Parts: sequence; C-alpha cells; structure tokens
Amino acid sequence: MAELLIPLFMVGVSVAALSQKQDVYSALLDGGRDGLRILLSIVPALVMLLAAVHMLRASGAINALSALLAPLFRLFGIPPETAPLVLIRPISGSAALAVGTDLITAYGPDSQIGRTAAVMLGSTETTFYTISVYFGANRIRKTRYAIPAALVADFTGFLVAAWTVRLFMG
Amino acid sequence: MVLFSLLFALPGGCAGAVSAAALEGAASGVRLSLSLAGTLCLWSGLVKVMEQARLDRKLARLLSPLLRRLFPQAGKDEQTMGRICANVSANLLGLGNAATPLGIEAVRRMKGGADTASNELCRLVVMNTASIQLLPTTVAALRGTAGAASPFDILPAVWVTSLCSVSAGLAAAFLFQRIWRM
Repeated sequence: MAELLIPLFMVGVSVAALSQKQDVYSALLDGGRDGLRILLSIVPALVMLLAAVHMLRASGAINALSALLAPLFRLFGIPPETAPLVLIRPISGSAALAVGTDLITAYGPDSQIGRTAAVMLGSTETTFYTISVYFGANRIRKTRYAIPAALVADFTGFLVAAWTVRLFMG
Repeated sequence: MVLFSLLFALPGGCAGAVSAAALEGAASGVRLSLSLAGTLCLWSGLVKVMEQARLDRKLARLLSPLLRRLFPQAGKDEQTMGRICANVSANLLGLGNAATPLGIEAVRRMKGGADTASNELCRLVVMNTASIQLLPTTVAALRGTAGAASPFDILPAVWVTSLCSVSAGLAAAFLFQRIWRM
C-alpha cells in the first residue's frame, strides 16, 4: 500500500491541478526552484553540524552519553542509541537532521535503530523554535503551560516511535 | 560541541581520529545536501502544484468542523478560524513555508491586546510543535540515500506516532489548563 501511495499522490495532485486548468509543469519547475533555494540556505549549517556530530562520535562522547542514559531509555523501551537525537530534536532542526543522518547511516536505514530515528524525525518538530516564533512574533511573554504541554507531545512521540517501529517492523 | 568532543577525546588518546572525523563529517554534509537536493526539488515542485490545485483550501474546509470544536472562542471570528484551518492543513500537507505565517497571523488575531497566552492559543501552538505532516519527505529522502529497501515503509509508524503525540499534547494542554493558575 505504502509503495503505491507516492505515485498515486503525484497523479492525484496533477489531475486536480489540471482539472482547474493550471499549468502543472511550470508550477513544478517554480516549486523546484524554491526547494533548491531552501536547501542552499541550510547547506552550510548541515556541513558544520555533521562535522561536529562526526567529531563527537569519533571522540566517544556520543557513545558515553548513550551509555549514561541507557538505563532510563531501556525503562521506556526506547533504543538508547537514539539518546542524542531525543535530546537535540526539540532544540535545533538542522542539528537533529545531522544526528538522525548519522544514526541512520551508522546502523543502517532498515535496522531498528535507523527506523526509530527516522520515525522520531518524521513525527516531531523543533518545539522550542516553533514556540519562540509563534509567541515571539506576537510579543506574548507569558506562555503559561504551552512549553510543558508541547514537551509532553514530544516525549510521547519519542516513546511511541520506538513502540510502533517494533510493532510494525518486528 | 567541538570543544566538548576535543575534551572528551584527549584523555582517550584518539584526537587523531577526531580531526579525521571533522573532515569526514564535512564531506558527508555535502553528500547529504546533494542527495537531499533531488527529493527536495521534486517535492517542492509538487507542493506548488498542490497550492495551484487549491488542495490546501479544500482540506481546510474539510477540517473546519473538527477545529471549530477545539477552538470555540476563535471560531466566533470567521477570519481567525480560516487562518487556523489553513495553518493546520498546510502543516498536514507539509507546506511548512505557508503554515508559519498563517499560524502567526492566527495567533495575532487570537491574542487581542494581551501578552498572556490563552488556553486556545496554547492549544494551537501545541498542535504546531507536534508535527502532523502526512508525508515526511526529508526523512524518506534520508533513508533512500542510505540505501533503504523502501524509504516510505515507515509511514504507518509515523502516522500512529504523530497521532499519539498530538493527542497527548492536546490532552496535556487540557489538563494543565485546569491546574495552571495565572
């Protein structure tokens, strides 16, 4: 089912646009240009962060951190190797991307750890950044319980990511 | 991060490996960017077509009854409700660039003159911090580059996880709303 989803989605979107008499091809090119522009703006950050993540891994710091948090993570059934991702995800989007890439390539994309990292990345957001944008742009100073509630959502996401990967993919 | 890895490496005597890793990491940053470029380009193109087909607006209309229940106060003003619906549907479709300005605009209309986040405001922000994207394409591209047999086979897990985390976030918001006295 999932294999068919993407092609079907592409056809569906194109048909919907054609039925509105829109120029699909030039929209595709237009959007593609936007996509490349966004990528170009994050390339320097990705290079710096991946260099830093590789250094952290080579120095043994990442393994030490995972080992330190392992008992806590095992208690919840989350693979302890994903500890760096869990810690960085709410704070920085590109750092999370770098750490996630590192995990996925180090353990293999179809491994349990690789999949858990992918699901974590795909189902959570950069919480602190989002909150600061939404409240900062509107000068809201008293955020009350927004941050704790958002962190509950994040934590649930990490927990359920580990469980669903085990459930759906053995 | 760099200082930390150096401090960590020195006692272990693997500083050489760390400096090699810096160069290796930088190179893999470029490799990653290049491999993401294809997917990002293709997907952003499709996103543009979605916008032209007005799919985001159709989805917004579909979601409106559900969102009206979550935001009864904001629902009194059609314009505000429209922004909330558009924000949520843009998030679902992965139109991140469209979602943020819509969300900020919705927050501005909801807060009025206050500098305190209302209950509904907290709920909207929690919905935005718990990713509800239906097709996480960047992650799929990452997995594809790393040689996954089927990059999108994580979709069911992502959906269940997203649904759980959004529900938990909203449930927490409703719970905190009762105990938060401010």
